[in-house]
Amino acid sequence: MALSNEYIKEKLIEKFGDQVTGFEEPYSLLTFRSDKEINLKVLNFLVEEESLQFGFLTDLCGVHYPDNKGQEIAVVYHLHNMRENVRIRYKVFTSIAKPEVYTATGIFAGANWMERETYDFYGVNFIGHPNLKRILNVEEMDYFPMRKEYPLEDQSRIDKDDEMFGR
Amino acid sequence: MRPVSYNIKKKPLEADISMVDMPEGHQGQGFFATTLDNVIGLARKNSLWPLPFATSCCGIEFMATMGATYDIARFGSERVGFSPRQCDLLMVMGTIAKKMGPVVKQVYLQMAEPRWVIAVGACASSGGIFDTYSVLQGIDQVVPVDVYVPGCPPRPEAILDGLMRIQDLVGKESLRRRNSEQYKALLESYGIQ
Repeated sequence: MALSNEYIKEKLIEKFGDQVTGFEEPYSLLTFRSDKEINLKVLNFLVEEESLQFGFLTDLCGVHYPDNKGQEIAVVYHLHNMRENVRIRYKVFTSIAKPEVYTATGIFAGANWMERETYDFYGVNFIGHPNLKRILNVEEMDYFPMRKEYPLEDQSRIDKDDEMFGR
Repeated sequence: MRPVSYNIKKKPLEADISMVDMPEGHQGQGFFATTLDNVIGLARKNSLWPLPFATSCCGIEFMATMGATYDIARFGSERVGFSPRQCDLLMVMGTIAKKMGPVVKQVYLQMAEPRWVIAVGACASSGGIFDTYSVLQGIDQVVPVDVYVPGCPPRPEAILDGLMRIQDLVGKESLRRRNSEQYKALLESYGIQ
């Protein structure tokens, strides 16, 4: 029996009820979201449940929606069931004032550096991460560059001619 | 026995082997006298040992410069060393991210005097199109630079031109330049020594 999106959705709703919401299927990739407090429970269920077995974390990344008041930062998990070759996408949202999400390193070892990268660029504070520090940018950086809070470049620069850059 | 069909035309030599011009000096029966500056400059400029610090596309362009068509070895730069140990010309080619900045500086510090630096291409010279939070806007923020080669990427001819300009500097450099107050102040401004 192939693992269908309907079956996964049923399973999730059976387990979590109305705590999992926002089911969509863009390009037939099942996407859903939940409260950030239960993210580990949901991930654990997706991994451990006998009929789901989403044992591989393809990617974990952040998104910044400046207009989503109180829910500005999204953390997106892409999971892969290698046995059935099925993928799903799971999102949790957190406020930018207190961007705290529980770490998934206990479930996926690969989440370690993905979470460091997400912290590096979006400033998401993963609670319980063993070594949460910058991984790609210089350590002296005191801002999170991928947040949509900055003009694309330093407006005070005079050493570069805009005409050369097609602006 | 197949007949030979390639390279059968005899090509006459376009020029004899080119020799370095003699420096200014006096000569007579069995002797030649000139200044030490000139002799040392002549020797240094025609045996520059480059240390290629190639991070991206300009590095590929430099590889073409090292190849047979452009042949950087004609200028006495046959020996490219991938260690700062005996090299005296640091060629930085490609984008230098801020995180790579300290590495460039460390390589520069590990080179012995006299040493020269050439920034090849727009990225090494000024950050180029990468006007972003992560890219160093020109390596002259971390090490002093002698010659900038413009272009994105510069053609091998441009890199050779940059090398020849460096040779010009090296040949004319006074032996005392690196002990001068001005030079010390320059290094001081980079926090070196």
